[in-house]
Amino acid sequence: MNVQGNPVAQHSAESYPIEVLADTQLANCYQCGKCTAGCPVAARMDLAPNQLIRTVQLGQAATALRSQSIWECVSCQTCSTRCPKEVDCAAVMDALREISLAEGMVAPSQQPIVAFQQAFLDNIRRNGRLAELELIAQFKTAVFFRTGRLAFLFKDASLAPQLGKRKKLHFLPGKVRDRKVVERIFAKCSKGPKK
Amino acid sequence: MNIGYYPGCALHGSSNDYEQSLQACLGALDIQLQEINDWICCGATAAHALNHKLSLALPARNLALAERDGHKQVFAPCPLCSMQLLKVQKAIAGNGLRAELSQIVEADLRGDGQILNLIQVFQTIGLDKLKAAVKEPLKSITAACYYGCLLTRPPEVVHFDDFEQPKSMEAVLAAMGAKTVEWSYKTECCGAGMTMASEDTVLELAHKILSNAAAHGANCVAVACPMCHVNLDMKQAAVEQRYNEKLGMVIYYLSDLVGLALGLSAEQLGVNRHFVTKA
Amino acid sequence: MSRIGIFTCWCGENIARTVDVDDVAKQVSSLPGVRCSVNYKYMCSDPGQAMVREKIASEKLDGVVVASCSPHMHLKTFRRAAQAAGLNPYLVEMANIREQCSWVHHDRAQATAKAVDIIRLSVEKVRNDAALDPIRVPVTRRALVIGGGVAGIQAALDIADAGYEVVMVEREPSIGGKMAGLSETFPTLDCSQCILTPRMVEVGQHPRIKLYSYSEVEAVEGFVGNFKITIRQKARYVDTAKCTGCGECWNVCPLKKNPSEFDFAMGMRPAIYIPFPQAVPARPVIDKKQCAKLIRNGCGLCEKKCKAEAINFKDEDKLVEEKVGTVVVATGYKLYNIAKEQDKAWLSGYGEYGYGKYKNVIDSLQFERLVSASGPTNGVLKRPSDGAIPKNVVFISCVGSRDNAKGLPYCSKICCMYTAKHAMLYKHKVHDGQAHVFYMDIRAGGKGYDEFVRRAIEQDGARYYRGRVSKITEENGKLIVRGADTLAGVPVTIEADLVVLAAAMRPADGIEELAQKLNIGYDEFGFLLESHPKLRPVETNTAGIFIAGACHAPKDIPESVAQASAAASKVQVMLAADELTREPEIAAINEQTCAACFTCVSTCPYHAIERTELRTGRGAFIKRTARVNPGLCMGCGTCVSVCPSKSADLLGFTEQQVYAEVEALA
Repeated sequence: MNVQGNPVAQHSAESYPIEVLADTQLANCYQCGKCTAGCPVAARMDLAPNQLIRTVQLGQAATALRSQSIWECVSCQTCSTRCPKEVDCAAVMDALREISLAEGMVAPSQQPIVAFQQAFLDNIRRNGRLAELELIAQFKTAVFFRTGRLAFLFKDASLAPQLGKRKKLHFLPGKVRDRKVVERIFAKCSKGPKK
Repeated sequence: MNIGYYPGCALHGSSNDYEQSLQACLGALDIQLQEINDWICCGATAAHALNHKLSLALPARNLALAERDGHKQVFAPCPLCSMQLLKVQKAIAGNGLRAELSQIVEADLRGDGQILNLIQVFQTIGLDKLKAAVKEPLKSITAACYYGCLLTRPPEVVHFDDFEQPKSMEAVLAAMGAKTVEWSYKTECCGAGMTMASEDTVLELAHKILSNAAAHGANCVAVACPMCHVNLDMKQAAVEQRYNEKLGMVIYYLSDLVGLALGLSAEQLGVNRHFVTKA
Repeated sequence: MSRIGIFTCWCGENIARTVDVDDVAKQVSSLPGVRCSVNYKYMCSDPGQAMVREKIASEKLDGVVVASCSPHMHLKTFRRAAQAAGLNPYLVEMANIREQCSWVHHDRAQATAKAVDIIRLSVEKVRNDAALDPIRVPVTRRALVIGGGVAGIQAALDIADAGYEVVMVEREPSIGGKMAGLSETFPTLDCSQCILTPRMVEVGQHPRIKLYSYSEVEAVEGFVGNFKITIRQKARYVDTAKCTGCGECWNVCPLKKNPSEFDFAMGMRPAIYIPFPQAVPARPVIDKKQCAKLIRNGCGLCEKKCKAEAINFKDEDKLVEEKVGTVVVATGYKLYNIAKEQDKAWLSGYGEYGYGKYKNVIDSLQFERLVSASGPTNGVLKRPSDGAIPKNVVFISCVGSRDNAKGLPYCSKICCMYTAKHAMLYKHKVHDGQAHVFYMDIRAGGKGYDEFVRRAIEQDGARYYRGRVSKITEENGKLIVRGADTLAGVPVTIEADLVVLAAAMRPADGIEELAQKLNIGYDEFGFLLESHPKLRPVETNTAGIFIAGACHAPKDIPESVAQASAAASKVQVMLAADELTREPEIAAINEQTCAACFTCVSTCPYHAIERTELRTGRGAFIKRTARVNPGLCMGCGTCVSVCPSKSADLLGFTEQQVYAEVEALA
C-alpha cells in the first residue's frame, strides 16, 4: 500500500521478513503506546517504539530500518512484557536491527553502536570467548575509521590503570580449545535474511 | 553439593570480582562450582541484536556442553547468559528447533537441565539453612535490591518471581539480617551492554536508579548481574560528575552480602575491588 | 389410503429461476397417494393460503406438502392455514426447495430433478405423520427476579404493575445494586440515588412484590411455567418485623472500623449496619464475622439498646420455597480485580500499576464513593492516604479491558463515558484541579454521548492523552504515572495526587453456579448467553428464563433499563394465560418396551426424562420405566439415538418416517 506524502515511502511494496524473524504478528498491535510508555530510552529515540511498529504496519518498514531508535534500544524487554496484545516488540527490534545491518540501512549516527556489536561478534568468533582488551581496541579503531573522531580513541583511557589496579585487566585471557566448532557455528548461522 | 557452572565472559573478564565473590561465598556454603568444559560466549547482546539464529546457536552449544558434562543443574551468574539458556530450552521444547540446533552445535540437545540464577542458588540451598549459618547479621545494611531486566523478563522464558514487584532478593537479605527498602526502580534497565557503545544512555539510566535508591533510604544497592554492577559501580563516578551529585552508594553483589553475613571478610569476597567502596 | 396435496411455490424468481416449477408440479402429481398438485407464485400470500385451504376442503386431503422455502420461514403459516381448513396442523410438511435447492445450485435440469426428490421425501414423511395436539402446560402466574439492581427493579415493577406477583431475591442487605452507590450518571449528570431511590421504595412497598433481601437462590427445580425455587434467607440477626430502623444499634456498636462493602473500602461501617441511609429494606444486618457477641459472646450492646427488642443473636439461615412460572436473571456486575489476586487462573492483575500497594491508586467505583454526596467523605474529594484534595488526577481507561495478555479481550463499554463524567465531576468540585485521561479510543455511541465527552475536554479542561500507561510509582507522596501519547509519538509522564483506574466489568460473583442451577448457558467470561444476539437478546435457551442488565454483557443504565422492560414483556407474554402451549414434536417413550436402563435420563441435555414406575390400580409394582416430561422436552432426539430397546421415538420425526424418507430415495 502506498501512503502519499512521505518521501521515504519509495519501497511501498517492500516485504522484509520482520514478522517471521520476530515470530510475532504485527496486525495484533492496536497502537496503544504502552511500549513507548514503559521504554526507558523512548525520549532518546527518533521514532517511538509504537511508531516503529506502525511504520511496518503501513508497509513502510524502510523508515523503521533506517531509524536511530532500533540502535538506541537497550533490549530491556519491558515492551514485550507489558504489551496487552502479546506482540513481541523486543523481538521486532532485534529483527529490524538484523535486517537493517544486512541491507546496509544503518543510521549514520548509530555507527558506533553497530561497530561495537560487530566487533564483539568478530571477537568471539575468533576467540570462542570475549577477549576484552582486543574488543576495546578493535571497537575504538573501527569507530575512528568510520567517524573520524580522534577523541573517541582516547576516551576512557584513564580507566585502564583503575582496572589494572583492581586486577580486572586480562592481557592473556583464557582461550577456548575447540575454536573451530565456533567458526563452524558462525558459518552455519551467517546466511542473512532473505528479502 | 556440586553444580554445573557457566561463568560467561564477564565473570572471566572485568567482572572477575563477581567470580571471586561467588567462589568465596558459595565455597563457604559447601557448594562446588564445576565449570562447564570449554564453554563459549553465549552471544550476549551482539548476537541477538544482529543474528537471530546465532543468538540461539551459541547458548545451545553451551547447553549441549553442560549436558555432555552430566550437569543436572547449571548456575549462570549473569542473567543474560541464564535467560538465553532458558530461551534455548523453550525453543527446542516447542517447535522442533531441536533438530536444527543440534545439527548446528554438533551435539544432541536434550534441554532437560535446570538453569539457576544466583538468587535461585540461594533458594535451592534454603533460606532457613542460610539464616542458621549467619554469623554476623547485616545490621548496617539497608539495601535497595536491584533486579535489572533479565532476572524476571521475559516472564514466559524465565518464570522467576513476580516480574512487576519481585521480592526474592529481599527474602535472601532478610534472612541475612539486612533491611531492604521498597523503591521504584527494581526492574528498570541500567543500560546493559551500552557501557562502551553509548555511555550517555548508561549514565542517564544509572543516575535514575542510584538517586531513587538513595531517595528511598537505601545506603547500598544489591545486584545479581555483572553488567548492572559495572554500570552502577564503575560508572558511578562519571554519573556523579555528569549530574553534579554525591551518591556514594556501594554496589554489592548478592553473594558479597551473603558472604559477609556468613563471616567472610571483604578481602576474601573481593569487595575491596569495587570502584565504590566504603569511605 | 392417503390423500396428499402438494403445493409448489415459485417464490417469485427465487425458486423459479433455477427450478422448473411447472415441470416439478407435473412430475410429483403422479406420486402414489397424491390427490392434487398445484403451483403458485407466492404460496405464503393470502391467495396462496386460500388455495391450500380450498384444496383441503374440496379434495378432502389428509396430508399437505408445501414445496417452498425453509420451514423456519413459513411452517407456522401453513399449519395455521391447514388448521383453519379443519386439518390437523401436524399433518403439514414443508419440502425446502429454496434454501436447499434453488439457492445453492445453478444447473436447471439437476436442480429440478433434486426438487422432485425433495418433494418425494416429504410425501413419504407426511404419509406417516400422525395428528398431534399441542401440549398444554399449566402456568404459575408469578415471576422470580434474581437481583435487585436497576435492571431487576425495572423488571419487577413492570411485571408487578401488569398485575402479576413478583418474588425478588437480592443477595445484599439492600436492593439498589451498583447504581445506588454512584454519584451522578451520564449523560445528564442526574444524582444517581435521587432517581433510583423512588423506584427502590416503590419495590419495597409494592403490594405484588415480595422482596427477599439478604437472600440467595439455593436451588431451582421444575420447568417453564412450573418452577420451584428454594431461597436461602441469610440470618440478619435482626427481626425485620419488629425493627423500626431507628439506628440506635449501629450508633452504639463499638466495632466501627470494618471496611464498608458499599463504599468499596473507602469508608468504614460498624459490625451491625445498614449499607446506606436510603436502604430498602431500611433494616440493619449483623456481620457474623465481626460481631463480638456472635464470635465470642461478648458485647451485646445493640441488644440492650434496642427498644423494639428486634435483635436476635439466635437467628439462623432459613430456607423458603416459592413457586413461579418464569425467572428473570438480573444479577449485575462486579469490577475486575486490578491487584494480583484473581479468581480465574487465566487472569492476571496489573502489578505495574501498584493497585493495593499505593493507597492513592483506586478504581472507578471507589472514586464514585469519594465524590458521592452521601459517601464516606460527604462528597469532598479527599484522597485516601492523607485526606488532601488532589490537584492532579490521572484517569486511566481500559484497565483489564481489551487486554489479551491480562485475560479479558472485550471492551467494557461504559468506561469512556464514566471517565469523562469523572473528569467533569472532579473539575466541578476542584476548580483549580487538572484531570488527565489516558485512553485508547473513545466509545461514546449513545444519544448525546459524544457531545458529553467533548464537553469534558472543551469546557471542563480535561486533558486527554492517547496511549496506555506502562507503570505507576510513588515518590514523596506523588504518583508518577508513565504513559504515552501515540498521536505525538512521545512518552508522557504525569505527577499525580490520585490515580483512578477504569477497571473492566465482569459478571457478579457466583454467576456460574447460579447459571448451572438454572440450566442456562454462559460464556468463558461468565456472561449469560442469550438465545440469539440480534433477534432474541433477553431470552435464554431455557424456556421461561430471561436475562437483563450487566449479567448479559457490559452495558450502561439506559440499556439495562430497556433490556429489563424487554424481559418483563416476555414474562408477561408467558404469564398472560393460565396455560402455555408447546409444540408437540417431542420425544415419547413406549413404556411397555422400555427396559428401564435410563441411559436416556443421563443423556438428556434438558433433564426432561424421569425415572418412574408403572403400578396396577391397587398399587402393585409392574415395572420401572422412563417417562418424558412434555413440559421440558425440546425434541432434540438424543434419547432416540441412545435407547437400546428402540422405545424412545420423536413425534413428528419418528424412526418410521425417517426410514421412509431414506427408502424413497433408494
